Amino acid sequence: MRDVAVIGVGMQKWGELWAKSARDIFVESALLAMDDAGVDKIDSMYVGCMAPGVFDAQEHLGSLMADYLGQRNIPSTRVESACASGGLAFRMAYMDVASGMHDIVLAGGVEKMTDISGSDATHALATAADMKWEGVSGVTFPGLYAMMAVAHMEKYGTTREQLAHVAVKNHDNGSMNSRAQFPMKITVDGVINSVKVADPLNILDCSPITDGAAAAILVPADMVKKFKKPGVKVTGSGHATDTIALHDREDLTTLAAVNAAAEQAYKMAGKGPSDMDFVEVHDCFTIAEIIVSESLGLFERGKGGPAAESGETSLTGRMPINPSGGLKSKGHPVGATGIAQVVEITEQLRGEGGPRQVKNARVALAQNMGGSGGSSVVHILEVM
Amino acid sequence: MPPARSWRAYPQVYRLEAARCKKCGKVSFPPRLVCNKCGEREFDRFNMKRTGKVVTHTIIRTPSDEFSGEAPFAVGVVEMDGGGRLTTQIADVSFDELKIGLPVQMEFRRLYTEGDAGVIHYGHKAVPIRQ
Ligand SMILES: [Zn+2]
Repeated sequence: MRDVAVIGVGMQKWGELWAKSARDIFVESALLAMDDAGVDKIDSMYVGCMAPGVFDAQEHLGSLMADYLGQRNIPSTRVESACASGGLAFRMAYMDVASGMHDIVLAGGVEKMTDISGSDATHALATAADMKWEGVSGVTFPGLYAMMAVAHMEKYGTTREQLAHVAVKNHDNGSMNSRAQFPMKITVDGVINSVKVADPLNILDCSPITDGAAAAILVPADMVKKFKKPGVKVTGSGHATDTIALHDREDLTTLAAVNAAAEQAYKMAGKGPSDMDFVEVHDCFTIAEIIVSESLGLFERGKGGPAAESGETSLTGRMPINPSGGLKSKGHPVGATGIAQVVEITEQLRGEGGPRQVKNARVALAQNMGGSGGSSVVHILEVM
Repeated sequence: MPPARSWRAYPQVYRLEAARCKKCGKVSFPPRLVCNKCGEREFDRFNMKRTGKVVTHTIIRTPSDEFSGEAPFAVGVVEMDGGGRLTTQIADVSFDELKIGLPVQMEFRRLYTEGDAGVIHYGHKAVPIRQ
């Protein structure tokens, strides 16, 4: 396999983008990434998108996005793995370049979620769960993560306040991100007293519904010098699955797909959790960031909550988590989220992090997750 | 829900029919063709016991439209005595008494109403066992 590097990234401000269509926002981000890299022709592309048929009454996004990006007749593939669609599109692009099949490959992600009502969006997202055997109970996505939270609190004594600290920290980081959907700061009391969604999770424990896109350009590492900006090398890639239904897992306090994907990526990179200078993880709910931080091996089992509370995961802490603001503050257009993590890491490793720059960052990890943990994708990126 | 999709699930929805792996004993609900623990393809069909314990739980306060008339309602993962796990509503429970380990039994109830025609779906809900 060839070594692979990211040489361009692009992303615009996320939010409720009523004036723009899915193809508009995808193409805008893709063009930013191509301009960042200094290319106007690509050899192949991947489009991460979870449910355009439900959100936007449109399928066949591979063709549509290549067409509107002015890339006629190239291979273009839509990739779906629920909320991990973006991360998986990045992995497909990585494999495409690593295999030698193509040289200049675009990995993009998009979701247009606000055109339909909130309850219809809730229903669309619920299709990432086992619709037949979980859906019959009326459980929602927040409900599934809430049940993980209850189990984690019972087993490890994780507290309501510790969950709140995750949201507060991510909004602190997001307040320095001009592309974040919700850049306002919040407080622990504010989270604890916000509207209840699925006990113990409140509305400020949940990532929002968002319109957004993001894109990255991947090339063989030995071609990096031909492009404008310094390349960031992809040194580890992992992908794993788990049972589709939460109730089929023996242990509800860990995420086996995250652990397995991380082990693959660490092994490929020859690195371990303590080598990471910072991480971008899938904080779709506050409890998700805590469990993921443990499943990645960044903290011992049961120590993710105390780590969030003590500030270890803040921008200046021992292991900064989600300097971008995470899904919580930046927004969560599900198909784009995994690519946006790569955008943040690439910019940070180039030293372009601005006010939220992690000092001396040279190695970072991106973790993207589908459903209640039925799939996860992990990448490790390093300064070249 | 299309009639065929409801009809083919009758053995599970009405009788809680599950499958026990002949090799490792793991219970699959609904039945599967391959055991996801050991890979075995031979199973014994049986109806799960109707009593069990709550493994974890939550209270749904912002449901999807189908369940909007029911909210707030309790949901949990229940492990049946003798094996098998499912996600189910927990009815006739005060939210204060919800806890991990709560003994429950499955009762046949109205689940939700679908569409403008008001098609009523029935199935099982857990209710606390009170001595
Ligand atoms: Zn078995």
